[in-house]
Amino acid sequence: MSTDPWETLRAATRARVGLGRAGDGLTTAENLRLAAAHAQARDAVHTALDTDAVVAALGERAGPVVHSQAADRAEYLQRPDLGRRLSPDASLEAGDHDLAVVVADGLSATAVAEHAVGLLDALLPRLEGWTVAPVVVAEQARVALGDEIAVALGARMVLVLIGERPGMSAPDSLGAYLTWEPRHGRVDSERNCVSNIRPPDGLTYDAAAEVLAALMTESFRRQLSGVELKDTGAALPSAAG
Amino acid sequence: MSWSTSLGGHSYSFADLRELLAKATPLRSGDVLAGVAAASAAERVAAQTVLADLPLSHFLDEAVVPYEDDDVTRLIMDTHDAAAFRPVRSLTVGGFRDWLLSWEADDTALAALAPGLTPEMVAAVSKLMRVGDLVAVARKTRVVTGLRTTIGLEGRLATRLQPNHPTDDAVGITASLVDGLLHGAGDAVVGINPATDRPSTVRALLDLIDDARLRLAAPIQSCVLTHVTTTLELLEQGAPVDLVFQSVAGTQAANRGFGVTLDQLVEAHQAALALDRGTVGSNVTYFETGQGSALSADAHHDVDQQTLEARAYAVCRRFDPLIVNTVVGFIGPEYLYDGKQILRAGLEDHLCGKLLGVPMGVDVCYTNHAEADSDDTDTLLLTLGAAGCGFVITVPGGDDIMLNYQSLSFQDVLQVRQTLGLRPAPEFETWLGSVGLLDDAGRVPQLVPEPIRALMG
Repeated sequence: MSTDPWETLRAATRARVGLGRAGDGLTTAENLRLAAAHAQARDAVHTALDTDAVVAALGERAGPVVHSQAADRAEYLQRPDLGRRLSPDASLEAGDHDLAVVVADGLSATAVAEHAVGLLDALLPRLEGWTVAPVVVAEQARVALGDEIAVALGARMVLVLIGERPGMSAPDSLGAYLTWEPRHGRVDSERNCVSNIRPPDGLTYDAAAEVLAALMTESFRRQLSGVELKDTGAALPSAAG
Repeated sequence: MSWSTSLGGHSYSFADLRELLAKATPLRSGDVLAGVAAASAAERVAAQTVLADLPLSHFLDEAVVPYEDDDVTRLIMDTHDAAAFRPVRSLTVGGFRDWLLSWEADDTALAALAPGLTPEMVAAVSKLMRVGDLVAVARKTRVVTGLRTTIGLEGRLATRLQPNHPTDDAVGITASLVDGLLHGAGDAVVGINPATDRPSTVRALLDLIDDARLRLAAPIQSCVLTHVTTTLELLEQGAPVDLVFQSVAGTQAANRGFGVTLDQLVEAHQAALALDRGTVGSNVTYFETGQGSALSADAHHDVDQQTLEARAYAVCRRFDPLIVNTVVGFIGPEYLYDGKQILRAGLEDHLCGKLLGVPMGVDVCYTNHAEADSDDTDTLLLTLGAAGCGFVITVPGGDDIMLNYQSLSFQDVLQVRQTLGLRPAPEFETWLGSVGLLDDAGRVPQLVPEPIRALMG
């Protein structure tokens, strides 16, 4: 039997158990640790996406940068409906593509800056023979903005890589949402999602790309997406919608 | 019926009760999102002015959601107690506010009045109240319930211990359970949000808590917050179900969104009552609610979110709950944008529930994309403590690693109990003392009593 009874228990959870107390409250050190975790999550929500850096990292795969109808972060947070609609000044060239890819800031620009291009590097080579539209970078964007973008581009499927709502212990989690035949009015149950892409703590790029490529291939073959495609991938975190 | 008034040289009109209530509501993002909020600060006060002159009896004549279309409206109207309503039936909404603040409205009068009030009446009067009023009236409104502990007594503040884990890992959950017990938490309920609704997992979690309860001989009740149909299935299999849980909302359509009907709740309530697992009472249901849930299900009928929230308490009231809590900051900034909106909503919900006779608690919480932080949760906790709130939710370090939001820490509650002179539920307080976790000054010392050490493996 271990001399410290907390040893086994702590190993089984990331919960903040056994914190140091000062009287009834938390010690200075514990308070600062909590403040630091919250600060990282807050900064992930409020830092603007460096679109130039994303475009540069995408290289020749890069397409235009677009904006939703949400003017700024405050409006984006209060009006999810505006984050789902494309700004009228967006210019997207119509074509005929199997796939549109949208890199969207969502609720964590940190996640997008750190993981979006790495995931695409792992995913796109797995989609042999697919015609892929130039990758669109979208600001103040919700998942459903991808529907309108895909319609404008003339794509049969859309993949949206988006920053997920940051948790205290995970400020940089990327989500990938795929939708077959995207159009305005698609609902969450018609999409599939792979979330928690954030190596090294969450899914690695290769692991996420493997799951996504399989889902996308099956989606294309059966010409559908959402709950009917795969039960386990269908549950969407509501805040990302 | 429609109303109009003028203020500052402008005239304002309100087509029906639904519009009047929505425009009288203090600003919150969810009503703006729904397109029902007042267009200006002046229009809001104009609506409040009209609302203040509206007779309370009008609420029995005009429903905000049609009676024919909605079983929550039918529940409200069909169970209204006209005799209990008599002391206030001749008052306007503004006059009702004054009466609630009066010395005449004491705990006895308020308890007797509860069956005579409808959710829309209490929502309306709360819209005319400031934070100080919301606290003062709630403080003298007592709703006392019990199962193995007694919740809602004066001078007490209980806690739900919420030992969630992202994979429902038994050792991980035990870690958080033990940490909470060592901080004197868990007197309202030990309640787990499971990561999965799989009945075998839910059963294992129920057994885990019940086993700990029996080994510690502690007066606690357990709950695994799964869908009512899963709980019903487990009840039939003989699982140790203390409390039937369900999330509920203020319209039939929103409850349909939760996949629940009033008939299912009746059935589960009866099944849990039949187990007769209580020692000091027989309240066997637990509900969670929250402003914005109807809008997020597109089931709001253009009614403001605070009025709909009060209607959810009419659903709760029907099933004699042990505890009910609003999950006030969980839903996100598109419904409650910042700490100011969350503070007010938490106090409104707490008061409205208690006026209707519902044993209210609050999950004092926020998400990372809301304009809020731990200063805001401290402020809400302190005001709720002053308002005589039944219970609050606590998680290790205030960081829920399963639901990814921040609630209160065990230490937050220890601190506010000391600051305001509040104590745990009496049965639990006695148990804490018996294992050495409560000193003569009502403080929780830092030690690990042997029975709890044994749980740690």
